[in-house]
Amino acid sequence: METAAETAAPKITAKNVDVFYADTQALHNVSVDIPDRQVTAFIGPSGCGKSTFLRCINRMNDTIPICRVSGDITLDGQDIYDPNVDPVQLRAQVGMVFQKPNPFPKSIFDNVAYGPRIHGLSKDRAELEGIVEKALRRAALWDEVKDRLDTPGTGLSGGQQQRLCIARAIATRPEVLLMDEPCSALDPIATAQIEELIQDLSSRFSVVIVTHSMQQAARVSQRTAFFHLGNLVEFGNTDDIFTRPSDSRTEAYITGRIG
Amino acid sequence: MNSGHILSAFDTDLERIQSHMLRMGGLVETALHDAMTALEKGDLELAAKVRSEDQAIDDLEEEIRQEVERVIALRSPTAGDLRTVLSVLTMASTLERCGDYARNMAKRTFVLEEFRYSSTLNGTLRRMSRVVETMLTDALDAYVDRDMAKAEDVIERDFEADQIYNSLFRELLTHMMEDPRTIAPAMHLHFIAKNIERVGDHATNLAEQAIYLVTGSFPSDDRPKQDVTTVNLTELRDG
Repeated sequence: METAAETAAPKITAKNVDVFYADTQALHNVSVDIPDRQVTAFIGPSGCGKSTFLRCINRMNDTIPICRVSGDITLDGQDIYDPNVDPVQLRAQVGMVFQKPNPFPKSIFDNVAYGPRIHGLSKDRAELEGIVEKALRRAALWDEVKDRLDTPGTGLSGGQQQRLCIARAIATRPEVLLMDEPCSALDPIATAQIEELIQDLSSRFSVVIVTHSMQQAARVSQRTAFFHLGNLVEFGNTDDIFTRPSDSRTEAYITGRIG
Repeated sequence: MNSGHILSAFDTDLERIQSHMLRMGGLVETALHDAMTALEKGDLELAAKVRSEDQAIDDLEEEIRQEVERVIALRSPTAGDLRTVLSVLTMASTLERCGDYARNMAKRTFVLEEFRYSSTLNGTLRRMSRVVETMLTDALDAYVDRDMAKAEDVIERDFEADQIYNSLFRELLTHMMEDPRTIAPAMHLHFIAKNIERVGDHATNLAEQAIYLVTGSFPSDDRPKQDVTTVNLTELRDG
């Protein structure tokens, strides 16, 4: 799996990325290649810059007025910060799932249909229904909700809501799925279901997950990046990071010596 | 990183399993030394003590196994911590084997006393035992001090133990061929020699664990096998 990643062109390439919030520098010169069809985990203590970097990949930081991003980030070789790139279109390609499940106050069906509708991905109702069903199936939620698609998404359990948000994110057929601590509000069973889903989704997309749980990074990812104080300290195969990290700061963090 | 864990109970756990393993090491050193002294002096009381005290070594191994199980289940150790836990588990089982060899030597000492077989080989056995005892001590020191040079040195010295064993083997074979009445006691002496030689191999394994603990990988096994007795046997028969 790793050899395939090394030989194949990276899905996302970041070069010399700096991020500032007003005068505070949050990220220092981050360069990284994120492979396609694999799970990449970002780990590191709070405030290390991992979420900031994740949010650069679909230009979510654009929504923060004081935030300034410099350096290059490309998706399949295309500069995502090019003035000709429409951020809304980009976010359909690079989907995102957040820490807290945030379904729209709409029906389950409309939650998933929202993206395909605004991006005009279906020509009629039948096609839209097909897209919704497929997304819900891929999010491993279909069997639980197929008989109540018109009930509110907010009425589902936490784990189901998060899978609904994943279904919503994948309904626009993205190429990359960003997940910012997708399981931190979920119980262990719901967490295991999401992790299983992440494995499954990575056969189609490049998945990037920010997690505070090192065990989760170890369980779901093939590649792990460790951030500390705004620097990318180490990026490598997850197996190596958790058994023989090359940087002493990585070792100190994963063994619970610095936080 | 030598600084402690944020969760200090984790440090306590790791220290405990390591100190138990080292205590086992101390007991094994004593057992081997006493077994050799008992053999040399025909001291059956000391031999009996070696046999009975092996239980303490076995008990410690079981205790370490349980503690390691608990540390893995509760602390999910990674990287250097994981290597500490795995090396302690492996070394405890290696030391337990060494304890068994010492006990076996003590058991054979009783049998040898019955034969009243006065051997000229005790000096050579003592010499081999001394080499192996030092290897054992140095391997444990290398572990404690994370001293790679010392660990490498232990691995090198196994050659010496093997050579002494090979010459003992040849000599015992000659005795047995010359006088078949010596076959039974010489066989026992041979097993004793083999036991000591095996402890040397295990000391090498302990040294390799010390290297693994620090580097995360094992030294490449490019040492030639030094037990050439299988070849010698053919030579003697044909020659």
